Amino acid sequence: MTFKVVHYINQFYAGMGGEDTAHVKPSSQEGAIGPGMQLDQLLGEEASVVGTVICGDSYYGEHMDEARAECLRLIEAFEPDMVIAGPGFNAGRYGVACGDICAAAGDELGLPSLTALYHENPGVEMYHKKTFIVETVDSARGMRSALPKMAELALKIIRKEPMGPAAEEGYIHRGMRRGFFHERTGAERAVDMLLQKIKGEPFQTELEMPVFKKITPAPPVVDLKKATIAICSSGGIVPKGNPDHIRVSSAEKYGKYDISGINDLTPDNFESIHGGYDRVYALEDPDVVLPVDVMRELEKEGVFKKLYDFAYTTTGTGTAVANAERFGQEIGRELKEAGVDAVILTAT
Amino acid sequence: MRLELRKAFVKDIQWGDTTKLENNVLYVNMEEAKASVLDDENFVDVDLDLARPGESVRIIPVKDAIEPRIKLEGGESFFPGFFAPMEPVGEGATLVLKGAAVITCGPLVGIQEGFIDMSGPAAPYNPFSGTYNLVMVAKPVDNLEKHAYERSLRDAGLKLSIYLAEKCMDAKIDDVEVYEKGTIPEENEKYPDLPKITYFCMSITQGLLHDTFLYAADMKNIVPTMVHPNEILDGAMVSGNCVSACDKNTTYHHVNDPIVLELYKRHGKEINFLGVIPTLESTVLAGKQRSTWMNAMLAKMMGADGVVISEEGYGNPDTDLCMNAKKCEDMGIKTVVISDEAAGEDGSSQGLADATPEMNGFVSAGNVNEMIEVPPMDKVIGYEESIAYVSGGAVESLREDGSMYVELQSIIGSTNELGFSKLGCEWV
Repeated sequence: MTFKVVHYINQFYAGMGGEDTAHVKPSSQEGAIGPGMQLDQLLGEEASVVGTVICGDSYYGEHMDEARAECLRLIEAFEPDMVIAGPGFNAGRYGVACGDICAAAGDELGLPSLTALYHENPGVEMYHKKTFIVETVDSARGMRSALPKMAELALKIIRKEPMGPAAEEGYIHRGMRRGFFHERTGAERAVDMLLQKIKGEPFQTELEMPVFKKITPAPPVVDLKKATIAICSSGGIVPKGNPDHIRVSSAEKYGKYDISGINDLTPDNFESIHGGYDRVYALEDPDVVLPVDVMRELEKEGVFKKLYDFAYTTTGTGTAVANAERFGQEIGRELKEAGVDAVILTAT
Repeated sequence: MRLELRKAFVKDIQWGDTTKLENNVLYVNMEEAKASVLDDENFVDVDLDLARPGESVRIIPVKDAIEPRIKLEGGESFFPGFFAPMEPVGEGATLVLKGAAVITCGPLVGIQEGFIDMSGPAAPYNPFSGTYNLVMVAKPVDNLEKHAYERSLRDAGLKLSIYLAEKCMDAKIDDVEVYEKGTIPEENEKYPDLPKITYFCMSITQGLLHDTFLYAADMKNIVPTMVHPNEILDGAMVSGNCVSACDKNTTYHHVNDPIVLELYKRHGKEINFLGVIPTLESTVLAGKQRSTWMNAMLAKMMGADGVVISEEGYGNPDTDLCMNAKKCEDMGIKTVVISDEAAGEDGSSQGLADATPEMNGFVSAGNVNEMIEVPPMDKVIGYEESIAYVSGGAVESLREDGSMYVELQSIIGSTNELGFSKLGCEWV
């Protein structure tokens, strides 16, 4: 069986003309044209360019939704196994179109895809998480070196072969970390790297430091006596039996628990399921992590008006920052909608 | 200081009438081995079992792994302060049963323990699928207080390993390695032009199943200090933790510390290895500040040009890691850190809980959240249902057929941050 590939190119590479024809609407042709002809040869007998979808760069850029939908319809008509776009080098509009059609082929048609762009092409920043992008030089003089790399990677993708690290396979990474077994142990790599650093030689870190988002704190509560206050914790305090099956580590959800009418957390009604700290004391008295008892006393004394009826909790150990961020945004939104004035967050 | 590690290779493990090492087969007298740990009133009984590389065996939930070692010359027994006299170690000769390990197991203490598969896709991720293991499954007395239970389990593993080594003291030695290094002034004189390197061994020191011991001192109550690398190789550090199993430094890892071994290998050739600074990961900010300042000051006073920093665990210890790196770099001491990442199941999340621009030499030990599917094993030693409460597992992890879909972090040693394995994350 030969795998079927649809190739996406712009009006220029289809031989329709340059800037003067950049407004042409999507169209398709059987087989390969332009750079697709060499691509088809490089794919060998295993895969074949069965059709080419063409769209003017300006049309795609100015009517993205329509252009995308029409191109997808034309792609689908060939019943392909994969979509390849470009190479777009450093052409801004073309690069964005290549990235967008590849991303859409994945999202909407479930097809694997690949394009090839210069690393500064705006299409890279926009779509590198959604498709494989082979890195090229900035202009069409790189066509001869780009096409073999594209064909090689396309075959690997289409055969569903295990994919190595981006740097080795020659594509721009998709923003994901995956484990591989190196030739040397971590200890050996560390000592080598340290010696390079000391000698002032170039060295390659294995993880660039992330830049943390700065969260601006909310303004202080104006009148505590009129405030409704919520409590929220990443300390893993849940109703006994963990009804939501929140994981002991790497939580992918949080719980919202009714604490109205509860004055004290005890081993009978709540427990800690957190996998990252010595739970002995939190199991004896869950209030040490989620301080319902003290908050009730302060509520009774009138220090603040009301303890919000629900507490939100999860386990904050090994939890992906992406999940934690989502929890925070969802919980924050709900608290705000419920008219809560302030929240006490406890961590462990 | 001169230490000879006399290694007797273990290439199989069998039950036998006498505990001995003969023709590289470790024979174990089950009753006698049991008796070596049953003097503890916290145990009703213990079960012993054997697990060999390649077998269809799962061990769960695992507390610790210990390499059987014992002093032959220049000391007695092993693990100073626990079962050896409270004296410096690292001198003389030590017997190593290379290829063997004692694995301790038993009902869950906390929810931080992990598992070992002796074959299948999880095997390449942990060092103990490649060792011949004597597995102890403890049966604690009812209602045993958790800290007491942990201590009994820890002691039992050490005792059992010493028992095995003691019975093999006459074994044929297959290989001898010599580790010798003088005082800092002596080595400085010998190697005036080589860069001076030290090593911060960051250790979890945070309570139940989160403790580490140095000469039997609970490290959460110490301030950082410096030891000769031979002391580490000779049992000065003992693990009392399984944190999340993936990035736990077991007692086995400490005596085989790959950073110590790597620095030693290059000592006198590429570097001048000053010594090791075992340090802590406090739960409070002042503790983190204190220990990281003391580490950096110790390194500075010894004249270090560079330091390798290993983390244990993830999350709040990322802050200790950053502080150690930053303070050293600010003093002009170059750093490289080894750490794992918690980048989410698909690897697309930010993997560290804290970061600093000075931490620009980073060696990755893998993504703790990466998923792995492991098939059922013919035999389970321990309690397979405990995966529901193991970090990296979930209630739905264990399927009816005994297969599991879990995070790497539930596998003992899978993302070890001493850089024990070859695993590391890359961008895809």
